[in-house]
Amino acid sequence: MSQPAAIEVVDVSKRFGPRWAVARLTFTLATGRALLLTGHNGSGKTTLLRMLATATFPTAGHIRLFGQETRAERAALRDEVALLSHASFLYEDLSAEQNLTLVARLRGVPQAKAAVAALLDKVGLTTRSDSPARHFSAGMRKRLAIARLLLKRPKLALLDEPFGELDPAGIRQMEALIRELKDGGTGVVLATHLVEQGQSLTDERLHLENGRAVGAQA
Amino acid sequence: MSGHPKILAGAFEVLRKDLLIEWRTRARLNALIFFSLATLLLFSFALGPDSELLRKNAAGYYWLGILMASVLSLGESFRIETENLALDGLRLIPTDPRAVFLGKAFGNAVMLWLLSLIVLPVMVALYDVTIREGVAQLAGLLFLGCLGISAPGTVYAAIASNARARDVLLPLLLFPVLLPSLLASVKATGLIFEGDPMLQLRSWVGLLASFNVLYWGLGFVLFPKIIEDD
Repeated sequence: MSQPAAIEVVDVSKRFGPRWAVARLTFTLATGRALLLTGHNGSGKTTLLRMLATATFPTAGHIRLFGQETRAERAALRDEVALLSHASFLYEDLSAEQNLTLVARLRGVPQAKAAVAALLDKVGLTTRSDSPARHFSAGMRKRLAIARLLLKRPKLALLDEPFGELDPAGIRQMEALIRELKDGGTGVVLATHLVEQGQSLTDERLHLENGRAVGAQA
Repeated sequence: MSGHPKILAGAFEVLRKDLLIEWRTRARLNALIFFSLATLLLFSFALGPDSELLRKNAAGYYWLGILMASVLSLGESFRIETENLALDGLRLIPTDPRAVFLGKAFGNAVMLWLLSLIVLPVMVALYDVTIREGVAQLAGLLFLGCLGISAPGTVYAAIASNARARDVLLPLLLFPVLLPSLLASVKATGLIFEGDPMLQLRSWVGLLASFNVLYWGLGFVLFPKIIEDD
């Protein structure tokens, strides 16, 4: 039996009030592949990523991840999908370590303390592990959000502008992390305005304009 | 990944997180204490030097002070969840929404209970109240009353958190729903203050407990529908 696609989007539309953020979108992504999502601001990239993450659901159409429908199987899919969003999902008054420990404990990660310490080291925040997120720069917040994502060990990583707010060293580190995810078999959807950088990390490209796919998925 | 903690374990983590945030900042409790004390003082100024009237109605003013402070407390408990879309992050970990409800509602109850205990001596001195039925009984009743505010309060705070006029919306939604449990809390507290010769306390506590079961049951069922973006 063939493996189900990591992502199967079938005639999906999403409306906010009178405005269609995504309209009649259809595409698939095979397991383990990486997709570059491009488009201007307001083209529907973030809405699409939030639907793929099961944070919100389509007004019409269906999304299946690994063969499971997102609305019906949200609890199981949330285990396997992780979103790096514009919003960091962090609690500002908790320290970096406490933010990650909360996720680890809620997920029942074994040896949570060691796992958190290893991830803080990986994203270069060990020396600031006790500082509240409120005191972090935008780039440090982004790195902490990445550590939060990696803690999930997802089968599908959804990355919304992962290079934003990062300095050149941070961008190189992010590229290495995305390659590591891919090499580990994690599917990746990468939304970015940095097309050249994105193309070097992905296998396919989907361009959105006003919520619609423009041109064939390449 | 190993198995998820069950609902109660998830609720404990959410509660722990909320209390940890409060412990690190102490912003909410400090603000609530000053707000409640100011409210109690205003009642006493508004009624003038009639100490008998103050003493007679002390339970009502006390609970009104807690109720008004609860609006601030509940609003703040969801402000930390809307900042950085943290509640979305919590949902996507994933955390069972019912665990989020239990953790946050219990955390809100604990916060209000602590507040009620902290302002109690000031209220006793200010309104010249005597606690005839015992402090332990009063502490238990206060916790029961705070549970009665926190369950519907958590549900409505979640609804109001995404509204533009959230500060106005929360009390508008919450106060009418709380009337029965507030009435029971005030009556029972009054009996603890003034004595209970007719043995009515048990009935009022029973009524309050019944409303708590109703509020917590409804919150447990409805909360997932409120925070999930279907």
